[in-house]
Amino acid sequence: MDSQKIKKANKAALNGIKGILPIIFGVLLLVSIITVLIPTSFYENLFTGNIFLDSLIGDLIGSLMLGNPITSYVLGSEFLDNGVSLIAVTAFMVAWVTVGVIQSPVESEALGKRFTIFRNISAFFMAIVTAIITVFLVGIL
Amino acid sequence: MANQEKSKKPKHWITKWFFLIAVSVLYISIYFFYPDKMMPILDSFFELLLQITPIFILVYIIMFLANLFINNEGLQKYMGEDAGIKGWLISILAGIISMGSIYAWYPLLKDLQAKGVKDKFLVAFLYNRGIKLQWLPVLLLYFGWTYSMTLLVVMAILSIFQGIITEKLIYLSNVKRVAR
Repeated sequence: MDSQKIKKANKAALNGIKGILPIIFGVLLLVSIITVLIPTSFYENLFTGNIFLDSLIGDLIGSLMLGNPITSYVLGSEFLDNGVSLIAVTAFMVAWVTVGVIQSPVESEALGKRFTIFRNISAFFMAIVTAIITVFLVGIL
Repeated sequence: MANQEKSKKPKHWITKWFFLIAVSVLYISIYFFYPDKMMPILDSFFELLLQITPIFILVYIIMFLANLFINNEGLQKYMGEDAGIKGWLISILAGIISMGSIYAWYPLLKDLQAKGVKDKFLVAFLYNRGIKLQWLPVLLLYFGWTYSMTLLVVMAILSIFQGIITEKLIYLSNVKRVAR
């Protein structure tokens, strides 16, 4: 194997990671603040009982949240037990894993501002579409 | 051209470090105003850092191998403009099986984008990262088989539409910018 090619591949891989580290560190530090300072009960009180409004609220909370998807499953299950609709809970869980407002600085640095803005906007609306289709299909099955 | 590069560099440097500096200022404020919260926050940060580090190693290996063995033509064939169904399948499956924090994957995605991988496939990859096979047992536990499976299939299919819509929006935005 050509040693120059190996060196070049190593340099490209290291540079790729090195270039994005400051923003990743910043986002991880910010996520830690949010995780510790905002209790989960805070989110529960935001739902209204209106299925349409709750879907948007669920979508919005999920979009702003970040962390292990298990947390979204547990929270989603708690929301469901407290009378929040399945569409709102689904929108919340889907937005949690597909929309990334908090990590957008990193995404923007890596893939471009337009990519990040349009991907997140479309993912936001797609979370509601996913929720409606999923709940409709579950109703049939 | 060289001047353009020179003038771009400082701005890029500021963008890259500004966010970290701003968050560091926030930490200093928390240290003074909520000193009791500082340790739990730092614990949470180190826990996140510990989770992400092994993924960075994996991503480094993938990027190294990709740079070594995959050329731009090959990537463009499978995930470029004319990749078709193969491109969708690769991006959906790669998104589903990719593990760990997304932050570690961004350098690789940036590299792929620079090599000509279409935005729609990157979008589909990111959307399918929402399908976490490793956490499926937990989803099943809370929501049951029918709901969980339906949700995962719907997400995988809709990722294609999200890819197409996002790429179209980026294209229209670029056309508008050029027209101005």
